[in-house]
Amino acid sequence: MILVPVLAPLFLGIVRKIKAHFQKRKGASIFRPYRDLWKLFHKDEVISEYASWIFHFAPYLIFAVTVIVGASIPLFSTYFANNLLSDFLVIVYLIALSTFFLALSGLDVGSAFGGFGSSREMTLAALTEGGFIFSLLALSFLAHSTNLFSISASVASLSLLDFTPVILAFVAFVIVMLSETAHFPFDNPATHLELTMVHEAMILEYSGKRLALIEWAAASKFLIFLSLGANLFFPWGLTMRLGLGTIVLALGIFLLKVLVLTIFVAVLESSIAKFRFFRLPDLLFIAFILSAMAIGLIL
Amino acid sequence: MDNLISAQFSFFISLLFLAIGAAGSLVFMKNDKLANWWGNGLAILASMSGLFAATKALFFAEEFTYAVNATLPNLSFVFNFDKLAAFFVLVISFVALLASVYGLGYVKHFYKKYNLGTLGFFYNIFLAGMLLVVSAHNAFFFLIVWEIMSLASYFLVIFENKEKENIKTGSLYFVMTHVGTAFIILAFLLLYQSTGSFDFGIIKENIGNVSLLTKNLIFVCALIGFGAKAGIIPFHIWLPSAHPAAPTHVSALMSGVMIKTGIYMLMRIFIDMMPATELWWGVLILVIGMLSSLLGVLYALTESDIKKLLAYSSIENIGIILLGLGSALVFLALNMKALATLGLIAALFHTLNHATFKALLFMGAGSVISKTHTRNMEEYGGLIKYMPQTAFFFLIGSMAISALPPFNGFFSEWMTFQALFSGIQAAGHFVGWIFILAVGALAFTGGLAAACFVKAFGVSFLARPRSEEVKQSKESELSLIIGIGVLALATLILGVFSGSVAKILTGVVSNLQNFQSAEKIFSTGASLFKLQSGFAVVSLSMIFAALLVVLGAIYFAVFILTKNRKVKVGATWDCGTNLGPRMEITATGFSRSIITIFRGILKPSKQTDVEYRDADMRYFPKNNMIKLEIKDVYGAYFYQPAQKLVVKISTWVKAIQNGNLNAYVAYIFFTLVILLLILVI
Repeated sequence: MILVPVLAPLFLGIVRKIKAHFQKRKGASIFRPYRDLWKLFHKDEVISEYASWIFHFAPYLIFAVTVIVGASIPLFSTYFANNLLSDFLVIVYLIALSTFFLALSGLDVGSAFGGFGSSREMTLAALTEGGFIFSLLALSFLAHSTNLFSISASVASLSLLDFTPVILAFVAFVIVMLSETAHFPFDNPATHLELTMVHEAMILEYSGKRLALIEWAAASKFLIFLSLGANLFFPWGLTMRLGLGTIVLALGIFLLKVLVLTIFVAVLESSIAKFRFFRLPDLLFIAFILSAMAIGLIL
Repeated sequence: MDNLISAQFSFFISLLFLAIGAAGSLVFMKNDKLANWWGNGLAILASMSGLFAATKALFFAEEFTYAVNATLPNLSFVFNFDKLAAFFVLVISFVALLASVYGLGYVKHFYKKYNLGTLGFFYNIFLAGMLLVVSAHNAFFFLIVWEIMSLASYFLVIFENKEKENIKTGSLYFVMTHVGTAFIILAFLLLYQSTGSFDFGIIKENIGNVSLLTKNLIFVCALIGFGAKAGIIPFHIWLPSAHPAAPTHVSALMSGVMIKTGIYMLMRIFIDMMPATELWWGVLILVIGMLSSLLGVLYALTESDIKKLLAYSSIENIGIILLGLGSALVFLALNMKALATLGLIAALFHTLNHATFKALLFMGAGSVISKTHTRNMEEYGGLIKYMPQTAFFFLIGSMAISALPPFNGFFSEWMTFQALFSGIQAAGHFVGWIFILAVGALAFTGGLAAACFVKAFGVSFLARPRSEEVKQSKESELSLIIGIGVLALATLILGVFSGSVAKILTGVVSNLQNFQSAEKIFSTGASLFKLQSGFAVVSLSMIFAALLVVLGAIYFAVFILTKNRKVKVGATWDCGTNLGPRMEITATGFSRSIITIFRGILKPSKQTDVEYRDADMRYFPKNNMIKLEIKDVYGAYFYQPAQKLVVKISTWVKAIQNGNLNAYVAYIFFTLVILLLILVI
């Protein structure tokens, strides 16, 4: 149930390590994000005098949402098929709930950065939602179910010849993933340069335990998208049974798949530049149209 | 109690209360306070008995019809209180109840400024008009009460008549609503021509006599007529100016319920009386739904007037309702009644939901306006500290309207999604693509609505005050808080127990004659909703519980982990300068990037004016002015050409009317000759 929050910082560390490698740096250890979180939890906090309860409350809600979503998606086993929360629309809108509060907390302190960050974030989030829903919808037509576990199971049983729409939807999903998790070409997760930042601008005023929660939630969200990408579009290796051997094997395959995607994101991030903000909608509409094509192929 | 008071009795009691309320308000108009208490108090009583009647009809199957025969031909006062009507009476009475409670406190700032007697009079008449519209069962009777509703709301729009703008707005509303009524009359006359009756029941029985062409004509006329009332694009132009002009509790009623009477009649005619046989009807309604929802939310984003923003968002939500209704019509035409049930329930559920959260948001905005004396969001900011309860309830409304779980908006959008998904799978190729587009429209609408309400809530209530007025404001009085608070609670309850609500709505739909044989394709539990094909299942109470438990656990864990850590309060990082209110993001700035992205549709314009200290040198500007505008596309391409056409035709007609009496006598003579000739031949 808490696998996603536990593993999430690791993959953040891996991305950073690979990026450092591309930049001819040695880079911090891949376990660095864990230590960062630990450090932040042990620091005092400074909160703006203008902040209202929204600012205080948002980190808890944002983190809670990632925990719930992390527990309701297929990871390495279809055994925990949690029928009530695994509907993909529920997942999409729960993530929207966390985005909503993140944007509000950016506005709450009344700094110029936070406001612009929120405005950009909501612009991107609004345009991403179409592609997000459509890429998962394409799969749910294959599976005749909007349940993520059923999607996983039925894509796994697909013959390779029918895989064209899945690939189209996957490309769309990758674009959505980059946008939702604040990666290149949408956002630069490593900068505090005012012209380019989106996610970092909103959380500028956070410190201490609340910053830790937000950073942890962001890392978890990244892992959630990685696992969705790995398990919905390439769902081989999920175990149906409970048994020590099969679980270890399935977990291994899961980690391997996610690792491959992580490396892909890190390489992508090191090899392309950030897009101009007003070119991003084109990319998001491409995601939307690709998934619409996928749906057309399936029907 | 059950048998003591019948639904019928309590419905007429409700109307009686409204009549007394209207008359009494006029009697007491000299005394502001008494008129206020009388007008709103009786409206509260009336709403309660209306609620009681609707509940009895919905839960204890106490439907009734009642007729008073008038001496005039074709006109008879027939009431039909079936479950569909009862559902709308429920929605109207529920919102009216809370709007009246809110009104008790809200209208106090009209004391000594405006005549509260007339307000109470038109308010009660308006409520009675709405109740009668959804229960009338005779076309003539219907048109009379429809007109009563429209006129009463017109007088409420121009109630604050000291502001010139409102009079102009009122005239636009007056014209548009009557153009709509003209089409409605045409539709009913066409029905009369083929069926020989104005009675809805008889029309329904003889609908087989209506030829296809006539049916299509009726469809178009009714769609324009009732669509104009519902605010569909492009007949929406009156809505964003008329709704904000009225006093807030009336705006809440107009946006929350009055526009739904248009939806009710669309349902009554196309589902009940003249069930859709043509595929293109549903397709057209789907297309209108897409346009209204997407454009509605985009225009809402461009607004910085909080009430206008909410009014545009009503257009968006009408669009979402039409997506549900349109899919129901398509399924009906394809003879897939089970799926049509799903679409119709989605539409009804969203009707109920929109009524609750839109009334909540309007009334929340009204509380803010009454304290800050402006509708311009740029002058708000930081209100959460001055009006904490209003802010909290407004936040709940914003979350519900952005379709965020676990609130009610999420469930009805989820159902609409499911209806559209089934449409993609079940309908043929061409129609299937319409459904795909509809899903796309709904998905983008959801995202944009969230952006819109982050703006509405964030810019108004968060950050630092942008004007002195904000710093003077304080929490509103109890009756306002109760009105808003109960609605906020309702959005949560309707969300968490959406399964049970869906079950009641299933009862409403299967009560309609065309759906009695429909098989069920979904099951509802106390808290969950499941499509029987196994395609999807959702449980909002589960989401709610999960959120509560996980939030609690995290809060506790973090508390234990960090209990020794201090929390300091400091200033926001200001880059070394003093943070002024002008350094925060504005409402205009917040949505500017979305406007730029959709500039092809919205056609924003920017006009800069610089005045220099020395006109020849042009180095030192004295003052700068920037004017940002959104082009009125409908005015430019639709209404102005239409108006020009009317004027042109009028000038032609003027040639005949030359004012010469002899000419007129000649006209009569020639007409007579021609008629006689026709008679002979």
